[in-house]
Amino acid sequence: MAGAMAARSSRRFMSTASKSWFGHVQPAPKDPILGVTEAFLADSHPDKMNVGVGAYRTDEGKPLVLECVRKAEEKIAGSNFMEYLPMGGDISFNNHSMKLAYGEDAGVLADKRVAAVQALSGTGACRLFADFQKRFMPESQVFIPVPTWSNHHNIWRDANVPQNTFRYYDAATKGLDFKGLMEDVKKAPNGSVFLLHACAHNPTGVDPSPENWKEISAFFKEKGHFALFDMAYQGFASGDTERDAQAIRIFLNDGHQIACAQSFAKNMGLYGQRVGCLSVVCDDPQQAVAVKSQLQLIARPMYSNPPLHGALLVSTILEDPELKSLWYKEVKGMADRIIGMRETLRTNLEKAGSQHSWKHITDQIGMFCFSGLKPEQVDRLTKDFHIYLTRNGRISMAGITTSNVEYLANAIHEVSKN
Amino acid sequence: MTTAMASSAALTALASGQEVLRSGVTQKFSGLRVAAFPLKKDNVALYVKGKSTSVMSVATDVSRFESVTMAPADPILGVSEAFKKDNSEKKLNLGVGAYRTEDLQPYVLEVVKKAEKKMLEGGDNKEYLPIEGLAAFNKATAELLLGADNAAIKENRVATVQGLSGTGSLRLGAAFIQRYFPGITVYISSPTWGNHKNIFNDAGVPWKEYRYFDPKTVGLDFDGMMEDIENAPEGSIILLHGCAHNPTGIDPTPDQWEKIADLIQQKNHMAFFDVAYQGFASGSLDDDASSVRKFVARGMEVFVAQSYSKNLGLYAERVGAINAIVSSADVAARVKSQLKRIARPMYSNPPVHGARIVANVVGEPTMFDEWRAEMQMMAGRIKTVRQRLYDELSTKDKSGKDWSFVLKQIGMFSFTGLNKAQSDNMTDKWHVYMTKDGRISLAGLNLAKCAYLADAIIDSYYNIQ
Repeated sequence: MAGAMAARSSRRFMSTASKSWFGHVQPAPKDPILGVTEAFLADSHPDKMNVGVGAYRTDEGKPLVLECVRKAEEKIAGSNFMEYLPMGGDISFNNHSMKLAYGEDAGVLADKRVAAVQALSGTGACRLFADFQKRFMPESQVFIPVPTWSNHHNIWRDANVPQNTFRYYDAATKGLDFKGLMEDVKKAPNGSVFLLHACAHNPTGVDPSPENWKEISAFFKEKGHFALFDMAYQGFASGDTERDAQAIRIFLNDGHQIACAQSFAKNMGLYGQRVGCLSVVCDDPQQAVAVKSQLQLIARPMYSNPPLHGALLVSTILEDPELKSLWYKEVKGMADRIIGMRETLRTNLEKAGSQHSWKHITDQIGMFCFSGLKPEQVDRLTKDFHIYLTRNGRISMAGITTSNVEYLANAIHEVSKN
Repeated sequence: MTTAMASSAALTALASGQEVLRSGVTQKFSGLRVAAFPLKKDNVALYVKGKSTSVMSVATDVSRFESVTMAPADPILGVSEAFKKDNSEKKLNLGVGAYRTEDLQPYVLEVVKKAEKKMLEGGDNKEYLPIEGLAAFNKATAELLLGADNAAIKENRVATVQGLSGTGSLRLGAAFIQRYFPGITVYISSPTWGNHKNIFNDAGVPWKEYRYFDPKTVGLDFDGMMEDIENAPEGSIILLHGCAHNPTGIDPTPDQWEKIADLIQQKNHMAFFDVAYQGFASGSLDDDASSVRKFVARGMEVFVAQSYSKNLGLYAERVGAINAIVSSADVAARVKSQLKRIARPMYSNPPVHGARIVANVVGEPTMFDEWRAEMQMMAGRIKTVRQRLYDELSTKDKSGKDWSFVLKQIGMFSFTGLNKAQSDNMTDKWHVYMTKDGRISLAGLNLAKCAYLADAIIDSYYNIQ
């Protein structure tokens, strides 16, 4: 209808008082996550804390450029190559990414049946998959956990893929609603696409156990479901890259053909470089080539080919044994600091005399903690204590340091004691 | 379920006398009791009651990706791939528009090396950019396009969002058009850069073509262009190349630009400029932006997509911007917020590296002057090569054909007027790689190869139909 109206009178775009084509364009609502940082920056209070956006900070509260990254930058400095990458990105980067995600000795890699393209970090990888799903699995819908990173909904919406949800977080236990999850897996039509967080679930920090994963995998086989793993925190969750990829290993062992959206934003600190990889396990090498070619066809009218710099850093690090081993150390260092802060925050809350259980703080894993605080309590944290977080009660552990953890604990206690 | 689970379920079912069958599977095996359990989609495990249980697959998988066919090779990027595979010494890559030195080597600009060195020493962090990109870059790019003292900038009427080079910036504009001007048709030149159609297709925006290239003159079909723009329904969107039209190299004259602007205003159309070669066409950054500035000076609302792939040689770093120059500051703020809303589910925020390079070069007067000089050098080399090619063609071709279009065309590309069969001959016989529409990239040509290329063109033009 809109098209017909527009065809009859495209003048309607011009007929506003301001004689502008754009008169009818409304201001977009603020992004819930990025809006938090904006508000934080505008606050001048000395004790302010930003536990909103998920970017790692040192114990001094500073952004961190990993040493392995600096060394890689020096190594590649002065290179004379800035020509276009292929549409599918840097081949060496793709190979390293796949090995990291699936395991050095993965059968699917030896069989050469994984289609992989370099993508614009995790977002870009998810978007390529969503557009691919729309085009090649047009009858399917995507099942997204509740809750999830809010941009997941935007991605599949803009890709015009119908969305549904499955239960994930249990507010009563502040843990996994495994029963609800399995029920929803069962209810979904056979062959549905499920978005799973491989590790360090965002925003809850609640991950299935290996036993849970095995049951999920088995049930998926029965239902013929397709798993897309969003892996944005490999290495960052437990400190061990192999351990963090357990869910993927389990699914591969069970013979699933999965897809994986990887990001190097957090685990290599390459946020602004936009480095990621989308890989899809196919039947055979021919199909992998075909799938890759179609993914490239989606990328070409979006950005032609992906940016070089970040991918070059990642391959430089992963192909140099010394740099790779340095990276393992550094990512473990980041994970350990987070784990330490979890313990300290919980201890401080208990010391403050809180009557609530804060066990979930140390049970949860990764960058985020789903505190269980209600929106009104969050508002008070911000208004009274100048602590900035998203209204769902998600705390970015990376924003906590030994200097401010006590302040945070006391503030949380203040707003949550009854 | 796993085969182990199926197996134990089968034993139970068979023991209790159940026959659990899936449709499509044969029921009778000479009276033997059969149980079947689904394993994978369309794959079935059969259990036969007897001395032992066993698993058989009776139906083959229907692959999830059965419908995925091999995509055709990209007509432009595929050319370089074919070139790499060719072993002939004589081979010449005039396919993709990437600048080469006189030695036919890729070229990293000196100012870019300096900027990168500065960035390395400065130890910049690698944090997320805001969704709209690097502020310093956005400021620099708008000023480069419109002029630092431009009224629209001073009045905050320019919404600038950093995009993934020209492609990404065009895509943001296209997605915005689909969302806010649904049903409006975008008119693109015939011919145009191949990826324009893909971009509007994937964004769900209908497009039509307006006449542009005149094969008789190997120049602009101005009357045809004006007629088609006139006939487009009022309030359409017209995609224009700001300078150095790709693939033809044919630009309207300043007077023709005035007439085009008049007509677009008269028809209440909106112009969408693709500016991928600012500075690269004439060698002058300001002159190459004059078409855009003309429109903006008239108070027209326009979209402009910019790229730094060619003029700063930043191909692989994907640096560009989408600009909406609109009627008021309030409108600009709203439009910017909606462009961001399109970018967020595509890639969240743009890559920082290339944007920092641009901000460093454009934002620092000495570097900026050095950049100007390098740009003039690159544009100058192209002009020199055009002259030599023209000289060779005119000398070798005794028929009196007018090859002067080679000199009149501007920028990286030349539309030779060769058709597909002739272009194929260029490749198959002469190992000259170009796109099938007859486009050659002069950036990939040097003086030494002009004679050879002239021979190839003359042979293909006259001997192949």
